[in-house]
Amino acid sequence: MKLKELESCLQQVDTFEEPKILLEQYPTSPHIAACMLYTIQSTFDDIEGKLVADLGCGCGVLSIGAAMLDAGLCVGFDIDDDALDIFRRNADEFEISNIDLVQCDLCCLEAEAYANKFDTVIMNPPFGTKHNQGMDMKFLRAALTMAQTAVYSLHKTSTREHIQKKANDWGVKMEVIAELRYDLPASYKFHKKKSVDIQVDFLRFSTT
Amino acid sequence: MKLLTHNMLTSHVKGVSKGYPLLIKATEVKVNEVEFNPKFVSRMIPKLEWGALVQAAEGLGQRQDLPGELVSDYEQNDDFLKKVHRVLLEVEVMEGCLQCPESGREFPISKGIPNMLLNEDEV
Repeated sequence: MKLKELESCLQQVDTFEEPKILLEQYPTSPHIAACMLYTIQSTFDDIEGKLVADLGCGCGVLSIGAAMLDAGLCVGFDIDDDALDIFRRNADEFEISNIDLVQCDLCCLEAEAYANKFDTVIMNPPFGTKHNQGMDMKFLRAALTMAQTAVYSLHKTSTREHIQKKANDWGVKMEVIAELRYDLPASYKFHKKKSVDIQVDFLRFSTT
Repeated sequence: MKLLTHNMLTSHVKGVSKGYPLLIKATEVKVNEVEFNPKFVSRMIPKLEWGALVQAAEGLGQRQDLPGELVSDYEQNDDFLKKVHRVLLEVEVMEGCLQCPESGREFPISKGIPNMLLNEDEV
């Protein structure tokens, strides 16, 4: 499947109806999702025929894209039943069958139970701002335990140094695959501007 | 919930030491066609708890002739891989619950999604 084709499919994926601030529910744009997934497959061969986990999957844009790129199975994990409900409807509409969903709290997930079960973990975790400080690192720690090969994730560029230090502590290799401008549309009432661009790193972590 | 996912799920209710495998109590089961990828299935087999898979399939009346012991040289055995493919990816529990073998706590499955969330006093 071509990148353009993937992106235009992902534009049909429905997203949050009423995003929840406590969960930092910002949608991943179809453009960013398509670029991420396309790179993960074409450069690293980490999707097709792989067991993929999507942590904090929300309405499922990354999972659905991974399924379209022929993941063996993509399992989405999220705490929020409203988001999972939309995810399920999306999967039904696309008639995608190589997808599964689990409702759970990733902050207190006992990731050890899933140790190395997945080939690849993909995620756009909460950035860990406001009420959620440190949430991004909790997601990353869980993801690294669950993945046998690699973790792909989006993080604020401003936190790169901190994440690099953590990666060193944990003995994993971190690569910056791309720097992105994440156009955050004003999703919440406290957002005064119509939208803001934030600098985001697309990172790959691997254990070897 | 597919049985590949079930094979990885554990109950972590406070005080439970072995919350695995979860007993499936299904009220609705579906079999959906999924494209067969023999390489993927053979790569998944070493990661599986085979006994838990057979037990889960049996409980749902979907075991058919899946052997109790893993066969050798399965990579070349398409016939066997197709059977495993079917129970891992095509059989889906839509409604029912998962029961923790130690505490008896039930985790509901609704519209195909198991809810593994714990209450505050269970963490």
